[in-house]
Amino acid sequence: MSITVKNVSLPRGKSWIDNTYVIPVFKGLMLTFRHLFKRKDVLRYPEEKKVLPPNYRGLHMLTRDDQGREKCVACEMCSTACPADCIRIVAGDGGWEDSREKHPVEFEIDELRCIFCGMCVEACPEDAIDMTDMHNLADYTREDFIYNKERLLGVYDEYIKRHPDHAKRRDGVFKKMMNSSYFTVSDVEKAKHGTGH
Amino acid sequence: MDLTKEIKDSVLTTTLDALWNWGRKNSLWPMPFGTACCAIEMMATLGPRYDLARFGAEAIRFSPRQSDMMIVSGRVSIKMMPVLKRIYDQMPDPKWVISMGACASTGGFFNTYTLIQGVDQFIPVDVYIPGCPPRPEGLIEGLMKIQKLIENKEKVYHPNVEDDGMYGDSHVGIDGRKGDFVPEVVTGKY
Repeated sequence: MSITVKNVSLPRGKSWIDNTYVIPVFKGLMLTFRHLFKRKDVLRYPEEKKVLPPNYRGLHMLTRDDQGREKCVACEMCSTACPADCIRIVAGDGGWEDSREKHPVEFEIDELRCIFCGMCVEACPEDAIDMTDMHNLADYTREDFIYNKERLLGVYDEYIKRHPDHAKRRDGVFKKMMNSSYFTVSDVEKAKHGTGH
Repeated sequence: MDLTKEIKDSVLTTTLDALWNWGRKNSLWPMPFGTACCAIEMMATLGPRYDLARFGAEAIRFSPRQSDMMIVSGRVSIKMMPVLKRIYDQMPDPKWVISMGACASTGGFFNTYTLIQGVDQFIPVDVYIPGCPPRPEGLIEGLMKIQKLIENKEKVYHPNVEDDGMYGDSHVGIDGRKGDFVPEVVTGKY
């Protein structure tokens, strides 16, 4: 194979005006100047906050039932499912005046080790653990991120004040997702009849 | 150094210190130590949508000599840790560290022998941000926490210049800090 020589010419503008580079520079500056008056896309964070969907996976909470009692039965499904091993549960007998078998004496989540995958929420048979849209957590020490049972219940109390219909909203989003074209028809059928793998 | 003792408690120096801290607070130049996906979110924070320039922290410095604040974003392996420590030591005082994300803060779910289970075992971390990765709002929140730290002067880290070993571990104490809290304005030793 012989060597071929390719002649490359310098890119030139269409007219001599472009070749002076003076007017094109001003054209570019005009474009920049015009953007001063356009709508700004900046989200000014501490003042304005983005509204996140109800199925957003943020900080955890331990939910309560309609009588204000904690739903958790300390079955440890969540801590088993957790890939990061950030949930620690100490189970005790009784609960709700001995109408239940077990209840959590201690329930701790290390939010700093948590990767917010939502496996615990999926694993929970009692819907006792759920996730909020709180995501702007930053603090000074590692101990600040260990959320015990009281704190997690407190997160629920705080969150439910803002979103009293949290469960309904979240289920609505899931229903919408299931009905959308994201899933095929067979996926939806499988989910309905529970005939997945 | 007699002069130092003379003016240590005077009004002028305390006011000057507040002024300096005000300047530091509003021009924190970050040193990015991005090793994983948290770095992508850090870039998003610097971008036009979340615009870290509103806090005066948009000037990313890739030289540790020019930066004030290190953002450790991502996994740090055992082999990477000496590099991180060295970069931290090369940063001029005063300096702050943000540990961004689960991996940098605690190791996250990579609980393996290769990974540092939290960079605070080796360098003093000021602010931790949870998340995998944290949203840009989380990083902005962390930056605001650092600014609050600088405002509350008693927690600002002023190194003890006397026993400053450049590559020693003299910076890390039991609470992550070592050194006296004399403002360097009055020590006059730089």
